[in-house]
Amino acid sequence: MTNISSSAVVAEAEGPLVPVGLPTEPKKAKPGWRSLNFGSRMWIALGIIGFVAALAFIGPLFYPFGPDEKVGSLYDYPTWMNTPPTFEHVLGTENFGYDVLAVLMASARTSIIIGLLAGTIAVVIGVAIGVLAGYVGGWVEELLMGFTNIVLAIPSIVILILISISLQSTNVPFLKGAVGLALVIGITSWPWTARAVRAQASSVATREHIDVAKLSGARTPSIMVRDVLPYLASYAVMAWVLQLASAILAESTLSMLGLGPSGANSLGKQLFWALAFQAVATGAWWAFLPPTIVLTMISFGLLYLQSSLDEVFNPRLRRGKKKNLAKAAARRAETARKLAENQPVEVNA
Amino acid sequence: MSDKDSLEARPAVGQPVLSATHVTKQFRVSGGHITAVDDVSVDFHAGKVLAVVGESGSGKSTLARMLLRLMPVTSGTISYQGKDVTHIKGAELRKYWRDVQAVFQDPFSSFNQFYTVGQTLRRGMGAQGLEKETLEQLIETCLGYVGLKPGDAVHKYPHQLSGGQRQRVMIARALMMNPKVLLADEATSMLDASLRVSALNVLQDLRENLGLTVLFITHDIGQACYLADEVVVMEHGLIVERGTTDEVIFEPKNEYTKRLLADVPDLKGSLKVSKDF
Repeated sequence: MTNISSSAVVAEAEGPLVPVGLPTEPKKAKPGWRSLNFGSRMWIALGIIGFVAALAFIGPLFYPFGPDEKVGSLYDYPTWMNTPPTFEHVLGTENFGYDVLAVLMASARTSIIIGLLAGTIAVVIGVAIGVLAGYVGGWVEELLMGFTNIVLAIPSIVILILISISLQSTNVPFLKGAVGLALVIGITSWPWTARAVRAQASSVATREHIDVAKLSGARTPSIMVRDVLPYLASYAVMAWVLQLASAILAESTLSMLGLGPSGANSLGKQLFWALAFQAVATGAWWAFLPPTIVLTMISFGLLYLQSSLDEVFNPRLRRGKKKNLAKAAARRAETARKLAENQPVEVNA
Repeated sequence: MSDKDSLEARPAVGQPVLSATHVTKQFRVSGGHITAVDDVSVDFHAGKVLAVVGESGSGKSTLARMLLRLMPVTSGTISYQGKDVTHIKGAELRKYWRDVQAVFQDPFSSFNQFYTVGQTLRRGMGAQGLEKETLEQLIETCLGYVGLKPGDAVHKYPHQLSGGQRQRVMIARALMMNPKVLLADEATSMLDASLRVSALNVLQDLRENLGLTVLFITHDIGQACYLADEVVVMEHGLIVERGTTDEVIFEPKNEYTKRLLADVPDLKGSLKVSKDF
């Protein structure tokens, strides 16, 4: 390569990378997150999720009662229904006489933690299998997708129930709790992610930048991590959000069946005890309605977040696109007019 | 960067460096198969530019991908400097890729859009254990060689460069590997006319100053004639004509070649027609 330096390039340069004749000092750049064009749906979703997260993680710091503190008896009315009304136990008490709001905060926390853990486990397994199958192809793909299809064909709720029952009788304490449940949900819910990621990865694997990476001497693991994975990041994020929502719902289902985490509150367990102690029959709505509403808010918020992320990652789905295009066209026309009249033009970074 | 790491030293000008012998490629389709390249044999001589010309679907890009070992052959042999490389794998294949580089058609999709030009260029050389200073010097030299200012370009992402600049970066990337053969697969077809000429000049310069063997794949026989010493014409996966550039332009034997030559726009002719009109 030494002779390169001695041979001057004759090729005509295409000009500087910054347009000539325009002021080079750029206007102050937008912060990075502004370029993502978050829509109103995103803010609504983030608002709902933020509210539930605040209830679960910040609420207990300020609320005077704990979830293990007995403050009354079976289904005491919410205190605002008393005469005169007070706000001491704003959601009354549940079947064991604990404050419903205090238990609700602890339950929401456990459910979110289980969802985060299980969702992350499912996405990590799904993305790893999907990328490996999609990029490598051949018999590796056949083997991994065959295994994925087998796991998909087995009803996951049956597997969840069977593993949860076996975990109840284990001697390993942490497997009986929330972590054990998250593991079970995580390792049974990755197949859909794997299939979706596999399809995308095999499409990315045929792109020219992969050939360029190979010609640059990159090895297969490096190509999978550096050249395939970044192109799947948007799918992985959306899959993670969906997995989070479905893991929280799966935990609730198992807990309502009496297979919830031992030694911890959860939204599903609250519903289980409410049903077991006839809350519906006795009209003690404050025992089952708050966990149902929180569960709905989390699921709705996450699903709404997923669909709004779809808009962020896929500009074709963006709302108000025509309006933005018209604005951009007007901006360009104005710039062209100023240039034609030799007026100064602002350059956006 | 010295030649000691490459498979063998640079061969003498005119010696066969890369060869395809009876190479066939078939793709399975529902109800049978289609033959994209049919029993093609061709030699690439050191320090020469060989153009492979043909319409879309004639099999020229498939031939290039097989020569690059990015696609397996159905039958036949690819040999490099006399050594059979048809089935090499792993480290041996990576060594082969150090000697045989390529520039592809789409200068945008050739980039990993998440990395800057500098990161893209450094990546290829990272595996060779060069010192940082040597590496930066090499990047500067190669970018300078293709007419880009290294200080400007290395921090840019692909979307911040024009099509011509991207293609130049891709040529610089290939040059950094100190290749002996460069395959340019429709490397100018997505550039506009003015940039196309400058890209062709860069390739010409590489051949003249570095003695690089260039395989220039194009559907435009006019470009092929501008750059190449020898021309191979492909149709439906077969080589229908081959010869020196002068032979193919002035004494075409095949009807398909004559048709391709007839399709080259004649600027002087059209000016005359419009003046007469």
